[in-house]
Amino acid sequence: AYAGSYGLGRTALPEEIAAWDLDVSPDGTGLPAGSGDVLTGEEVFAEQCAVCHGDFAEGVDNWPKLAGGQGTLDHEDPLKTVGSYWPYLSTTWDYVNRSMPFGAAQTLEPDEVYAIVAYILYSNDLVDEDFVLSDETFTGVELPNAGGFILDDRLESEKHFWNPEPCMENCKDSVEITMRALVLDVTPEETSAAAEPAEAVVEEAAVAEPVAEPV
Amino acid sequence: MSDKAKTFAPSRRQFLAGAAAGAGAAAASAASATATPDPLITEVQEWASGLGDGVDATPYGLPIQFEQDVVRRNVEWLTADTISSINFTPIHALDGTITPQGCAFERHHSGAIELKKEDYRLMINGLVDTPLVFSYADLERFPRENRVYFCECAANSGMEWAGAQLNGAQFTHGMIHNMEYSGVSLRTLLEEAGLAAAGDFKDKWVYVEGADASSNGRSIPLEKALDDVLVAFKANGEALRKEHGYPVRLVVPGWEGNMWVKWLRRIEVMDGPVESREETSKYTDTLANGVARKWTWEMDAKSVVTSPSPQAPITHGKGPLVITGLAWSGRGAITGVDVSTDGGKTWTEARLGAPGTDKALTRFYLDINWDGSEMFLQSRARDSSGYVQPTKTQLREVRGLNSIYHNNAIQTWWVKATGEAENVEVS
Repeated sequence: AYAGSYGLGRTALPEEIAAWDLDVSPDGTGLPAGSGDVLTGEEVFAEQCAVCHGDFAEGVDNWPKLAGGQGTLDHEDPLKTVGSYWPYLSTTWDYVNRSMPFGAAQTLEPDEVYAIVAYILYSNDLVDEDFVLSDETFTGVELPNAGGFILDDRLESEKHFWNPEPCMENCKDSVEITMRALVLDVTPEETSAAAEPAEAVVEEAAVAEPVAEPV
Repeated sequence: MSDKAKTFAPSRRQFLAGAAAGAGAAAASAASATATPDPLITEVQEWASGLGDGVDATPYGLPIQFEQDVVRRNVEWLTADTISSINFTPIHALDGTITPQGCAFERHHSGAIELKKEDYRLMINGLVDTPLVFSYADLERFPRENRVYFCECAANSGMEWAGAQLNGAQFTHGMIHNMEYSGVSLRTLLEEAGLAAAGDFKDKWVYVEGADASSNGRSIPLEKALDDVLVAFKANGEALRKEHGYPVRLVVPGWEGNMWVKWLRRIEVMDGPVESREETSKYTDTLANGVARKWTWEMDAKSVVTSPSPQAPITHGKGPLVITGLAWSGRGAITGVDVSTDGGKTWTEARLGAPGTDKALTRFYLDINWDGSEMFLQSRARDSSGYVQPTKTQLREVRGLNSIYHNNAIQTWWVKATGEAENVEVS
């Protein structure tokens, strides 16, 4: 029935593809019909999302902040949210629909997802409170940082790292210690005495931005 | 952090205990004479007289109890919870290049799921001639390949961008493992579905996603998908571990670990990239001016001295010392590693344990006669593309401090006269 030379597998049925192929592209391809407004989204968000992400999508404890941070990307400690960093609204819809709420993914109806996404836009001051997001209004929304990304340019901007003859002798005059991990003291230790001051130090130093952030 | 992990943490006490034992061993070694006969030799030991375990004692064995510190470690403050989180391979204690699966690092976004072979399905859809569903058993009937590759998390060493932070190679460089994979080339599966419908391959993509709640969807250019990507079901000879994607994961040689989708369930051939959460919000690298690089797929050449290191101090005193470590590159094979003991003033070419192979870990050694003075140990990898591992200063000059990912800078360990080592940055 198909071109393959091994004759292994079977044809995927339309219902099966529809069940698994949920991804939404930046141009809106993949969006189901539906709609949701900001005020409905506020209710759904309060019920499904706010326990981790806060009533205003501002984040609770270490859970991700979904709103705020606009204009901070070139700061020492940028706050990267849907409003300040994400390039495409499709990603928000796709990710919420497929993988949220954390621990109960794929339990939201399309209209709920539209409403939640509308509320996230509102929380980022990107739409008014009477805004209705639907498969038809979707591509009319452009996020602030849509132009904030460049393709990997390492081959050009870092081409000086390709170096046929790296220095082997007399490469520098002096070597001084400029930073010590033991001063920061955040490595898990046998003795727990270090734990509490460590966290305070980390926050001050602004280097504890988790590299492997929670979902 | 669990109590277990605390117990296994490196500590001053552990170091002193090791140093004391080492001093005894050194006194009894080689050329130096010893006055008192060693009772471990002169007295018959229990193991030389009694019996050990029968062959039925351990159908599937774990390491001997004395190696219980060679385990994955968690750093509690890195993430909000342990479900979407990371742990670290104990590279400071390993040798050679193959990572034992049981202590190979994990990174999940919605936990390690349990998916049995009978329930496993792999779908190929999108711009293919016939969308297909494979069972696990189907996959085992395709022609198979065996290849060794490293899987390095894009965030490996990410905590070190702003400075020396975590004290140990396990923590600074342990988001990595290296295994021998057995599986089917992705090209074979795509061709089974037929690619005539895709037209010109040059501008086409595949979107790959897992069966877990996070899905971890990523876009990969079709060109790479047809090159060396594997759909793997065995690692280091046996089935994948649950936490590594059982029963099937993607192997994307040389590229950031996030793209090595575990519990792989669907591959879609597409006209463009999805720009999913894992390639927009995450795994994009913010530069100093606030603009971010996207699609930084390759992991550049990198190395680290695994011993001596903060968790593997010198406990044997002066004299012969094995300096060893790992080097790897996502752009090809390691062609050489230089080691410096003086913080980069002078470099000596190390010996490779075996010739470097494409996109896999390479072991290096430098055997020295340590005079007991302090050292600033560094290693510098070179790869077959001509790339030379940069310093952190060089990386920061291009990227600033907020890239999070792709920190492949030269690491410095300050080895003190006591033999202890510390993670430092030097000028």
